[in-house]
Amino acid sequence: MDIKDIIKPENVVYSKTPVLSDAIMHYCPGCTHGVVHKVIAEVIEEMGIQDKTIGISPVGCAVFAYNYLNIDWEQAAHGRAPALATATKRLNPDKYVFTYQGDGDLASIGTAEVMHACNRGENIVIVFINNAIYGMTGGQMAPTTLLGQVTATTPYGRDAKLNGYPLKITELLAQLEGTCYVTRQSAQNPASVRKLKKAIRKAFENSMMEKGTSFVEVVGTCNSGWKMSPVKANKWMEENMFPFYPLGDMKDR
Amino acid sequence: MAEKILMKGNEAIAYGAIRCGADGYFGYPITPQSEVMETLMEQKPWETTGMVVLQAESETSSINMVYGGASTGKKVMTSSSSLGISLMAEGLSYLAGAELPCVVVNVMRGGPGLGTIQPSQADYFQAVKGGGHGDYKMIVLAPASAQDMYDYVGLGFDLAFKYRIPAMILSDGVIGQMMEKVEMGEMKPRRTAEQVKAECPWALTGKTPERDRNLITSLALDPNVQERVNIKLQAKYKEIQENEVRYATYLAEDAEYLFVAYGSMSRICEAAVDQAREAGYKVGLLRPITLFPFPEKQIKDMIPQLKGILTVEMSAGQMVEDVRLAVEGRIPVEFYGRMGGIIPSPDEVLDAFVKFFKK
Amino acid sequence: MKEELIIAGFGGQGVLSMGKILAYSGIMQDKEVTWMPSYGPEMRGGTANVTVILSDKKIGSPILAKYDTAIILNQQSMDKFENSVKPGGLLIYDPNGITRHPQRKDINICSIDAAEESARMGNLKAFNMIVLGAFLKKKPVVSMESVVAGLKKSLPERHHHLIPMNEDAIHVGMDKVVDINVL
Repeated sequence: MDIKDIIKPENVVYSKTPVLSDAIMHYCPGCTHGVVHKVIAEVIEEMGIQDKTIGISPVGCAVFAYNYLNIDWEQAAHGRAPALATATKRLNPDKYVFTYQGDGDLASIGTAEVMHACNRGENIVIVFINNAIYGMTGGQMAPTTLLGQVTATTPYGRDAKLNGYPLKITELLAQLEGTCYVTRQSAQNPASVRKLKKAIRKAFENSMMEKGTSFVEVVGTCNSGWKMSPVKANKWMEENMFPFYPLGDMKDR
Repeated sequence: MAEKILMKGNEAIAYGAIRCGADGYFGYPITPQSEVMETLMEQKPWETTGMVVLQAESETSSINMVYGGASTGKKVMTSSSSLGISLMAEGLSYLAGAELPCVVVNVMRGGPGLGTIQPSQADYFQAVKGGGHGDYKMIVLAPASAQDMYDYVGLGFDLAFKYRIPAMILSDGVIGQMMEKVEMGEMKPRRTAEQVKAECPWALTGKTPERDRNLITSLALDPNVQERVNIKLQAKYKEIQENEVRYATYLAEDAEYLFVAYGSMSRICEAAVDQAREAGYKVGLLRPITLFPFPEKQIKDMIPQLKGILTVEMSAGQMVEDVRLAVEGRIPVEFYGRMGGIIPSPDEVLDAFVKFFKK
Repeated sequence: MKEELIIAGFGGQGVLSMGKILAYSGIMQDKEVTWMPSYGPEMRGGTANVTVILSDKKIGSPILAKYDTAIILNQQSMDKFENSVKPGGLLIYDPNGITRHPQRKDINICSIDAAEESARMGNLKAFNMIVLGAFLKKKPVVSMESVVAGLKKSLPERHHHLIPMNEDAIHVGMDKVVDINVL
C-alpha cells in the first residue's frame, strides 16, 4: 500500500479546519497562540460564520493573526482593538466581531479602551492572551508579570516597590455591568483546550444575543520570553500563574 | 428652494453628516466644537437614517472607532479641536497608512498645550504636513462659513472615498461658533450593504467563498514592501494635487496686491479688500479651499500681475511657507498674524498691508 | 442696507438669544446675517457679547472693531465698547447698574430702563425683548412681522405660547426708550 492509498477520505482521522490558513505560523514552538488560533478557527467553522466574522488583531506577537485565520481582519493600533471593535459591531450588528489581544496590548496601553468597551457592554468578544510578558519586543515586563518574575526590564525580578503589582484585569472587568461573560481559561493540555473551546463558542454566541461583552482570558506560556523549554514553561505556568490567576468562570449571565 | 435655517457652523457639521448619508459619528466633547455631538444626540439620527452616534471615552478611542468603522466601508467621522486632534495623530497616520476614507473635523483653538478655547489657525502644519508619523497626507478642506461646514462633510466623504484617504475639515472657533443661514441640500440615503460591497471591494464585509479575505492594515515589515506602499501613496497624493485643488478669489482680476487667507481669516480679509479698494489700493484675495492640495499653481500664475502678497493667518505664520514655496522669491511675500486666540480685524489687516507695501 | 451691531452684557441677560432673534428676523426678510458670540467660561455668569450683522449683500468679516450700534447692558461692556461705536452711530444702554454713563458727543445715545420695565411687567425674562424694542424703535432694520416670525423660528415649539408676551415686551421697549444725546 503506497501513500496514495492511505490518503483517502475514508481514512481521514483528523483534518485542519479550512478557516485556518495554510500559512506557516511565526510563533515559537511551544507558544500558546497557535492553539488558541486553532480553537477560534474551529468555533468559526462549526458555527458556520466565516462570512460573518471580523477579527481585530493587536500589536504584539499576535499582530499576524490575520495571516492564519481565513476571515476578514482589521489590524489595530497598540491597545485600541476594543475601540475598533465597538464601531465595527455597532455599524455591522449582523457580524461576529472579536478582538485578539495580548497582556501588554490589552492590560497596559489599551486599559482605557477595554474598560470602556466592556462598560458600554459592546456585543463583542474579547480574547485576552495572558503570558505575563511582552513577547514581540523581546521579553519585557507586562502588567501581568508576577512578582519576582525575571524579564528584560525586571532583570532582578519584578519588585512591587519599583514596578507595582501584577494586574488582575479580568477580575476588574468582571465587576462591570456591561460584561455578560467573563472567564479565565488555559490551553496546555487536551482537557483545557476542550474547555477553552466551549468558552469561546459561548462568547461568540453571546455576541448575537445583545447580552453585553464576553471576555475570555487565556493564561498561556511564552517559553522563549520565559527562557524555558515548552514543557518546563507549562509546569512553571501551572505552579506560578494558576495560583495567582485562578482558572474558571467569573461571571456568566 | 430649500428653507434657510440659522445655525452655528458646528451644528451645520452635524446636519451635513446626517443628510449626506453618514453611517457613524464617534467623538469626545471639547470646546469649541461640542455642539457637533450635542446636535447629533438631539437629532437622534439612529431613529431616522440609522446613523450611529457614540460618545467615546477619549479622542484616542474616537479616532480608532473611526478606523474600525471605516474598515467596513462605512462613512464614519469624528470631530475635535486642536489638542484632541493631537491625541488622534497616531490614528490618523494609521488611517492614511491603511488607506481608509473618513472625515475628521478640527475646530481649531489657540495653543500650544491646553492653550485657549478662542479661535486659532495654528494647526495648519499639523493638518497639511502630517501631524502623525510617516510620509502621509490628508485632503484638507477649509470652510469659511456655516454653509461650507454643511457642504464640506458630504464633499469630504466623496473625496475620501474617491481616493481612499482621510479628509480633514480644518475649521476654527469663529466658523464653528458663528451662526449664519444654511441652506440644507437634498437628503441622501445611507448606502446599502450591497452598495458598500460594490463600491468598496476592499471593505470588510465578511469573507465569502467568492473572494479572498480582506485585510485592513498599515503593517509591512519588509522594507521593500513598505517602500512600495509609500510609492503608491505618493502617486495618489500627486493625482490629488493635480485634480482636486479648490480655491476662491475676490476682486483678484485686476489686483496688484493679493491677500492670501483661508477659513475665517479669508472672510476678514475680504472686508479688508473692500477697505483697501475704498482707499484706492488695488488689492484682491485668494482663498485656498483645499489646503492640501494647495493652490500652488494658481498663485504662481498670478505672479506677473502682482507687486506683492500678504498672507494673513491666526498663527505665527504657517501657510505663508506654502505661499513662499509657490512664489519662489519672485515677489515679496509678507505675513501678518495674531496668535493665542486673538482675531485680527479688517482694519488691522489693512494697516499691515499699508505698512508692508505702501510706506 | 447693512447694520453691524454688538450686544454686550452679563450672561443670563439674554444677550445671545436677543441677537439670535434679530438674526432670524433678518433671514425672514431675506437678508444675509451673521451672529458671532464671545464664547467660553464667560458665558456662565460673566460678561457675554454677540456681534450681529444684517446686510443686503454677502457678509465678509463676521468680526468687527467698529459698530453701527452698541447695545450695552453692564458697566464692563460700557468701558469696553463705548469707543467702538462708529461716529454718528448709536449706543443704547440700560442705566441700571451703570456707574459711568457714556460721555461721547459724536454718537446718538439712548437709554432703556429694561430691568425696571421687565419687573413692572412681572416677567424678568422680558428684559432682552424690551431692549430689542428700544433698538427697533431707533433703527427699524427689521419689521415686527419678521421679528414674530423670527421668534417662532428660534424658540422651541413648547415656548411658542410666550410669543405674545415677547411682542408686548418689544412694544414696551419702543415706548420707553429715552433719548440722551441726539445728533
